[in-house]
Amino acid sequence: MTTSSTPSHWAPSGLAEEALSARFTDLHPALSKRQAFIESSRCLYCYDAPCIKACPTSIDIPTFIRRIHDDNLEGAASEILDANILGGSCARVCPTEILCEQSCVRNQGDECQPVLIGLLQRHALDNAQFEAHPFTRGASTGRRIAVVGAGPAGLSCAHRLARFGHDVVIFEAEEKAGGLNEYGIARYKLTDDFAAREVEFLLEIGGIEIRHGQRLGDNLALASLTREFDSVFLGLGLGTSHALGLTGEDASGLMAATDFIKVLRQSGELNALAVPRHAVVIGAGNTAIDIAVQARRLGAQTVDLVYRRGEEQMSATHHEQEIARANGVMIHTWARPLALDVANDSGRSEEGDDAALSAMQFARTRVEDGRLVDTGETFTLACDGVFTAIGQGFDDASLSDAHAAGLVREGAKIEVDEMLRTSLPGVYAGGDCIARGQDLTVQAVAHGKLAAEAIHHDLMLKVEAA
Amino acid sequence: MTIHTPLNDDNARPAGAGSSAEASGDHVASYKADLSVNFAGIRAPNPFWLASAPPTDKAYNVVRAFEAGWGGVVWKTLGEDPAAVNVSSRYSAHYGPNGEVSGFNNIELITDRSLEINLREITQVKKDWPDRALIVSLMVPCEEEAWKTILPQVEATGCDGIELNFGCPHGMPERGMGAAVGQVPEYVEQVTRWCKTYSSLPVIVKLTPNITDVREPAKAAWRGGADAVSLINTINSITHLDLDRMVAHPIVGDRSTHGGYCGSAVKPIALNMVAEIARTPETANLPISGIGGISNWEDAAEFIALGAGSVQVCTAAMLHGFRIVEEMKDGLGRWMDSKGYQRIDEFSRAAVPNTTDWKQLDMNYQVIARIDQDKCIGCGRCYIACEDTSHQAIMHLAKDNGTARYEVKDADCVGCNLCEITCPVEDCITMEVQDTGKPYMNWMEDPRNPHRAA
Repeated sequence: MTTSSTPSHWAPSGLAEEALSARFTDLHPALSKRQAFIESSRCLYCYDAPCIKACPTSIDIPTFIRRIHDDNLEGAASEILDANILGGSCARVCPTEILCEQSCVRNQGDECQPVLIGLLQRHALDNAQFEAHPFTRGASTGRRIAVVGAGPAGLSCAHRLARFGHDVVIFEAEEKAGGLNEYGIARYKLTDDFAAREVEFLLEIGGIEIRHGQRLGDNLALASLTREFDSVFLGLGLGTSHALGLTGEDASGLMAATDFIKVLRQSGELNALAVPRHAVVIGAGNTAIDIAVQARRLGAQTVDLVYRRGEEQMSATHHEQEIARANGVMIHTWARPLALDVANDSGRSEEGDDAALSAMQFARTRVEDGRLVDTGETFTLACDGVFTAIGQGFDDASLSDAHAAGLVREGAKIEVDEMLRTSLPGVYAGGDCIARGQDLTVQAVAHGKLAAEAIHHDLMLKVEAA
Repeated sequence: MTIHTPLNDDNARPAGAGSSAEASGDHVASYKADLSVNFAGIRAPNPFWLASAPPTDKAYNVVRAFEAGWGGVVWKTLGEDPAAVNVSSRYSAHYGPNGEVSGFNNIELITDRSLEINLREITQVKKDWPDRALIVSLMVPCEEEAWKTILPQVEATGCDGIELNFGCPHGMPERGMGAAVGQVPEYVEQVTRWCKTYSSLPVIVKLTPNITDVREPAKAAWRGGADAVSLINTINSITHLDLDRMVAHPIVGDRSTHGGYCGSAVKPIALNMVAEIARTPETANLPISGIGGISNWEDAAEFIALGAGSVQVCTAAMLHGFRIVEEMKDGLGRWMDSKGYQRIDEFSRAAVPNTTDWKQLDMNYQVIARIDQDKCIGCGRCYIACEDTSHQAIMHLAKDNGTARYEVKDADCVGCNLCEITCPVEDCITMEVQDTGKPYMNWMEDPRNPHRAA
């Protein structure tokens, strides 16, 4: 696992805290009440609405938008939260441009302008005034369920289980709950302490206890969980970042993007945060875009994003690519990492002779007979920081105990059936740790909800059978 | 033929009162049509008049209106002294889905200024603006002496005509005036006759819509010698409530009262009433000044086509200011040019013969909805409307890509227009006339009519 401190040869940008903070406010400002009213009137209240089908959590979008327009924000918020208890963060982080908003019928014809569903969802959830938590717990079932991981999948699962009347204990490795919402989302997408407040709201339902510092495969074993609880839900995150496989990858200045984002998200004062002056980002997903844009906003003079294939193959949405360009990120396509140039950093390091990055070499690529090959041409980018964002892997260590080792895997990830049951009785899994995970918060929420339904269903069947 | 510019029907503008466009000599040719009207002997450079209402309450407003290009005004209703006293607040509105005002409600009474001030101002304004129609609205008690007293004073102002306010639905009826008179045809006839007796001015009788059959007071006005009618006045209304305080708007203290409704929401009601009078034989020759939610040139053209010789506007001006008349004139003029109409009277009443009783409609006429699949955005509104509330004549089919396709079941479609109305895409659903091969046959001729004359 990579370290969570920044390389010693990086230094704070020297920019004023106020200027930096201003760069990390909401990427998309919230709608005013008036804007929300006008925007909500654009929704056609479709029958068999395509946006609902495009939402992994199947939020009834026409209904909540209608309620916003009818000045019934509590009704709108309840409708959203009933389908997606983390609707607040999803409204901010969802790539709506490839989900609900992409399917909006207003994209069709001469209009080409979808209803701003994400911003409307945020408006409803930001402004609804609930006197009490909008959901109540069912009669106690006496069943206890362990949820591993307080990320979106685990939290969603726990809340749904609590609604059914089950008691839930969440085991979380980190100090804070929220998972990627707390530690992994770009700071300008989920600002201030929103992730923590959302968790606080979710827990208001009662019946959910979170135990921190509990890491599966470390101080927590699946065997004991299955023994002590009626069911177990595994909402494990992806603990490792893929390495480039180059010599010198332990050089100071090379960091997994997710590790840096974690540091950034937890930084109280941004002007104290050390950043590279010339950063290179390897990758083409939304995490690559996130780190590139944030590095620029933190004061990096240049940020070069390098991807071995073309723009069309990038998994970052077009919208995300546009954001990167607008922030001065230089995107290089058709180039793959070849080597890291490291130099002994004699000036900065107080530790001694840390090898620090000075440049990175790339080979230009092209597709030949369907295979990616080098063209023979190379180039070098001078840099004092490299962020890798070429995907994350499931940390095998978490499933190392004898019982967990019995989980059937699909590739590296956990195999589940359509109801998210694993191969072990009473053990369910969802989110990024299963093969069908799409690396989306909203997908994880949907998994947690579905798993809770399955757990409840299976437990109640047992009750009936008994 | 003269080339009219948006402002060139205002030739008689007094020196110094010219608009900035005229002052700068900036004439832009826009339309050729002649918008001038001669309404019951009252001439005006265009058919757009401001209705008797707050915008015509005093010289300041009326002069601004004339400067903006309005063809005439009906001065806000005069009454006997002491003048009426108004409350605060006075207006409320009914809003459309985008927050736009679709209907407007007021609880204002007639003028709250003295008769003497109003008469003095009217005299001066008419003197300064001789080419514009200046009509004075009147409301005094339903007594001959009251009318006999006020009419010569009004005529002395030099105004072009009078309009009898029998329509004000709030406040005044409680004093035996306004709608209280307008709802009794005998009173309408009597007061009209007094006015014709004690004044040589054209008399326009303003009709209230708060009555079962608007044709009756119109006929009464005709019998009384009216030169014209104007309609509609406002409709009794409560727009909405403050549900926290449990009181309707507009709120006066902690109470409210019904007001008079106007604005675009009332246009369909007004259009029908105008048409009813225009197509009734007894009143077919009675000039009509159309009033009711006229917001743009198209509204005005519709009123004129259904029988109006001039139109009166209030709410649109109150919402947008007097400048809106330029948009009305320009739009009407250009439309007339496109249709080859050189004068208003060339299309006035053109739609009256086509407005008929239900029993005259062709029972053999058939339209069927067509959905243009290239334009369809798949919102499903047509489907759910037809499925839930009409004739289950639209099919909901799944397309290969998971989206829905909607198709009309011709055999089940009755041609009601509902799908076309619900469709948010222009020209996506059209109603296509079917060739039934059958001749015109009305209900009186229809064998399905049990009361058909053999």
